[in-house]
Amino acid sequence: MNFGLHPLLLVTFFPLVGFLVILFLKSEHKNAIRWTALITALATFGISLWMLAQFDASKGDAQLVYRAPWLRVGGASIDFYLGVDGLSVLLVLLTTFLTPIAILSTWSAVQERVKGFMLFFLLLEVGMTGVFLALDLILFYIFWEFTLVPMYFLIGLWGGERRIYAAVKFFLFTMFGSLLMLLAILFTGLQVGSFAWNDLVAQRELFAQGQLWLFLAFALAFAIKVPMFPLHTWLPDAHVEAPTAGSVILAGVLLKMGSYGFLRYNLPLFPEASLQAAPYMAALAVMGILYGAAVALAQKDVKKLVAYSSVSHLGFVMLGIFALTQQGVAGGVLQMINHGLSTGALFLIVGMLYERRHTREMGDYGGVWKVMPVLGVLTLIVTLSSAGLPGLNGFVGEFTILLGAFGSDVLNSPWFAGAATLGVILAAVYLLVMFERVFLGALKVEANRALKDLNAREVITLLPLLALIFWIGLYPQPFFALINPSVERLITLVQTAAAVAIH
Amino acid sequence: MPMTYYLILSATMFVIGALGVVLRRNPLVVFMSLELMFNAANLLFVAFSAYHRVLDGNLFVFFVMTTAAAEVAVGLALMVAIFRAKRNIDLDQMSILKG
Amino acid sequence: MNFDTLIGLSPWVVFFPLLGILINLLVGKRLSEKGIGTVASLAAGLSFVVAVLLAVGLAGHPEGGVYSLARWLVVGDFEAAWNFRVDTLSVTMMLVVAGVGTLIHVYSIGYMHADVRHNGDPQRFRRFFIYLNLFIAAMMVLVSADNFLMLFVGWEGVGLCSYLLIGFWYEKGSGGIANAQAAKKAFVVNRIGDFGLLIAIFLIFYNFGSLDFAVVFAQAPQIAAALPGVILAITLFMLLGVAGKSAQLPLYVWLPDAMAGPTPVSALIHAATMVTAGVYLVARSQALYLQVPLAQEVVMWVGGATALFAATIALGQNDIKKVLAYSTISQLGFMVAAVGMGAAVAGMFHLVTHAFFKALLFLGAGSVILGMEHGHEHHAGHGAKHGQQHFDPQDMRYMGGLRQKMPLTFWVYLIGALALAGVAPLAGFFSKDEILAAASLDHTALYVLLSVAAFLTAFYVARQLAMVFFGKPRSSAAQGAGESPALVTVPLVALAVLSAAGGMLNFPTTHWLEKWLEHSLYGVQPAKFIVSVALISLAVALAGLLIGWLVYGRKPLADAEQPDALAKPLGGLFRALENKWWVDEVYQVLVLKPYQRLADFLAQPVDQTVIDGVVNGMGGMVRAAAQSWRRIQNGYVRSYALTILLGVVLVVTYLLLR
Repeated sequence: MNFGLHPLLLVTFFPLVGFLVILFLKSEHKNAIRWTALITALATFGISLWMLAQFDASKGDAQLVYRAPWLRVGGASIDFYLGVDGLSVLLVLLTTFLTPIAILSTWSAVQERVKGFMLFFLLLEVGMTGVFLALDLILFYIFWEFTLVPMYFLIGLWGGERRIYAAVKFFLFTMFGSLLMLLAILFTGLQVGSFAWNDLVAQRELFAQGQLWLFLAFALAFAIKVPMFPLHTWLPDAHVEAPTAGSVILAGVLLKMGSYGFLRYNLPLFPEASLQAAPYMAALAVMGILYGAAVALAQKDVKKLVAYSSVSHLGFVMLGIFALTQQGVAGGVLQMINHGLSTGALFLIVGMLYERRHTREMGDYGGVWKVMPVLGVLTLIVTLSSAGLPGLNGFVGEFTILLGAFGSDVLNSPWFAGAATLGVILAAVYLLVMFERVFLGALKVEANRALKDLNAREVITLLPLLALIFWIGLYPQPFFALINPSVERLITLVQTAAAVAIH
Repeated sequence: MPMTYYLILSATMFVIGALGVVLRRNPLVVFMSLELMFNAANLLFVAFSAYHRVLDGNLFVFFVMTTAAAEVAVGLALMVAIFRAKRNIDLDQMSILKG
Repeated sequence: MNFDTLIGLSPWVVFFPLLGILINLLVGKRLSEKGIGTVASLAAGLSFVVAVLLAVGLAGHPEGGVYSLARWLVVGDFEAAWNFRVDTLSVTMMLVVAGVGTLIHVYSIGYMHADVRHNGDPQRFRRFFIYLNLFIAAMMVLVSADNFLMLFVGWEGVGLCSYLLIGFWYEKGSGGIANAQAAKKAFVVNRIGDFGLLIAIFLIFYNFGSLDFAVVFAQAPQIAAALPGVILAITLFMLLGVAGKSAQLPLYVWLPDAMAGPTPVSALIHAATMVTAGVYLVARSQALYLQVPLAQEVVMWVGGATALFAATIALGQNDIKKVLAYSTISQLGFMVAAVGMGAAVAGMFHLVTHAFFKALLFLGAGSVILGMEHGHEHHAGHGAKHGQQHFDPQDMRYMGGLRQKMPLTFWVYLIGALALAGVAPLAGFFSKDEILAAASLDHTALYVLLSVAAFLTAFYVARQLAMVFFGKPRSSAAQGAGESPALVTVPLVALAVLSAAGGMLNFPTTHWLEKWLEHSLYGVQPAKFIVSVALISLAVALAGLLIGWLVYGRKPLADAEQPDALAKPLGGLFRALENKWWVDEVYQVLVLKPYQRLADFLAQPVDQTVIDGVVNGMGGMVRAAAQSWRRIQNGYVRSYALTILLGVVLVVTYLLLR
């Protein structure tokens, strides 16, 4: 039952159907536009589940491959090449899962230029899904850069006060990184005569000579996106200025494109360089964990706090990836999902508060639990998930990562994981401080007394996230089952190359 | 007739056209000068076509003429639009691209 | 019933409380307070029934068994499952947790009825019982875990419940925030301990290849022979976790603040069960600790030092619950010292009896607080608003003479207090004596230390009894206090019976507990009952009580403002005790302030100025360059055309002349 359409093509480009429909709707029909966008996004999520049903979790390599010759440039072939494996399948699902939630969160928050907003949002979804599914470097690069455009406008048009500064900073910062990556892509592709991922991996000796430089060129682009310390300063600005839905997608999905890039390209294409760089990358990751946690504590703006917590959490992901052990990498992939869920939920919550009080200063809140008990409980769960409480999703990811990093042969020192574990303490500090300043204590600000608790739509927005938070926390096995085979394959790819290099 | 004559005539037309484009402020005159440059090229196409006894050059002239016509159509439309907006079509007034 | 089918019941010790939560969450809104309390108490009670059934089953199969519920985390060669361990040690803990827990649930129905009204939010009644059930569930996960990871889940789970319940009245306390801050402090300090436990877990996995108790403990001797340093590291990191959870030096500071929670919480979580998790962990891991005498030594001295240190602070406290809190820390020190010495049975014995009498004392204190609040409201109702001055129903200086006002509470409290002081034949005497006897054999210095702590214990017990129950009422609230309702007093009586008779569990001639536990504890040495030690410890207890009575009871405080009887003779020393040796202040200066300053420093100058400055600086450089080059863009199309022309001419010339 293929309906004559390839599942990956469908999941990538289906949002364009909604895009076209909205294009022909009048701007005044805001609700029609919203519903169209929501239904499109939900249908895309449905399609991604259909894709999941066809996905064989026992295999490690790319599946449901769609490959068509596209262009030939300078003796190198560029293919329209899509495929999904254990590294990307959950990220695609995360994308299609978060998009309808983000759209739902804009229902009352975005009142102006709804049409443009939804158009950009659906385009953004196409770009993000494409990034995770592309298996041709040029195609990947196109999708990668393509995501910048809608996000730039989402921040720049619907953002807060300093939105222009934030949007430009976001655009230029990431663009700067990707240019070097483009050079590296061209170099590797022309060496091999193909830009397809598996051709490149199979013939990676052809560019083994300069692989440290190539590694660095790719790493710069990805590290900015992740963002790794000290390339993170675009993130707080972008998050603070972005509209809620933008922040959700930015934290939930866009950042994962960076860490996914490391997994998909840096490790298998440049294995020796990866091994060589691993301790340094891990050191940066650990610094990010501790630095992000400390700086988060000093913030007065909730959104900034959450943004810096992302720096800290993504540090865990990077530590796991560069531990280069089964546990580390698998935990890293799962933690990407976890971070998408918990931080996405946190941004939604901040958005809900902002919509009511139009301030993000924690000093303007306090004792909110008393007037908004439902939000209080939901926030508590999300906060604890972010703080890595066992039984919730964050712990599963962090524990697996730390376990993997602790015994990693590549890092060859328990100090990385030991220092990172300190981050678990610090996370509790800044997250509980946040919860305390906003929700606990006495109601001091008069304006807060009149706060209305969540309405049904807002609860529905958060519930799916919470369900997954519990599911992954209590029974992560189905998720690991999807991730594990591909991670095993990746580790073997890296290790064999390293073994060859040593002999 | 020797080839040189055609070359000299074509070069003269081209230079006149180029100077017209650069120096005149009236867009209509600029368009005419552009046409002059196109035709200088066309003349060379035809001349060389005859010289080499192949038809490629003649053929290409038609493309150039079509392009030129299309270009003038778009250009004049732009001029009309600009005139409507600014009530003026002096090229020196149009400097909003100034850095 | 077949033992294997019985073991299949073990997950229900967790499921019943979860079921209670679910029911109260879904339909609790429509239930009355009694209904909510009944559901929650029933959930805890059914848990207790399961624990009893398991215990009965174990009587025939003392070797125990494991019930696998589900695979949990399988990544590469790592595997951890939801496996429930049913052996004599875990079932003992289950019995204590569910047994004492059920009594406290029942008590809470009465206590919280008054408390939510006193604090002005009756809606929160339901929330309290949901939290309480959640705690039972988490604690059951902790004690029934068959591997270190599942234990860790329960370990942090109870920490969460502690956080929620300390901050139950999150808008109360000084500045409207003190309770919330106390909750946060508890969680964060516990996290510091959890950090140690996590590192220990990593080390265990990489050296033993598994986290399952059976696998790890079986290999302990070989690994210890091959890598002694590793076991030492594991045990010491684990000790950090123990110090956090069981409130030992230097991480005990959260427990006194935790008294901000409602009194039943202090009884259940911060006295009887959760704080003993550390003791349980060391007892459980005896196989590891027995391999490294150095670690044992460290554990033992941490426990001993804590026992003495906390007992001194208890002398100077005026808050009825704070005294009990420091007493709990001190008693936990006894237990930790015991398990550190390898006398795990004695430690577990004291854990059980302490659960009885300390829960009794806290609940009794709760009853006293209820009486005081009642008296205060009664008085305020009559004596038309007289300036609503500061009223603290927990301040012992404003009590006095409650013996007549609350006779039942007084008698059960007296039993608990004497058990705590270690007066024969109450429960505390036997368990404490077993620890002292074990210490007297090989560790004379520790024995002396613990005896001093025991003396101080008896002393502050006498002080508290005198201040609360004897003399004359020193405030209108104490004057108007009355006995608490039956829902409150019935659990008190039950606990009083247990506190009086709990010593029978491991009576020197029968040693039931020892025979019961030796199936699951490693290296159990038969306990010795040493008559001289017993007599000395009894004498110490009686001397402490007597001197305490001489100082405080003979000449009771005349009014609340009068300084403490020891304030003058001890002088500065007493001020130190009153101020808890300024430990909180020291931490404030040494840890909290510097970290906050570091965070501010990193956030402002470093992040915004240096790192972001570099980024913006690069942008600025490009901008500056563009500023100077923009003049070329004069906006005239003609000049652009000319430039193009010149360019073409240049290129053509180059191509021609090349």
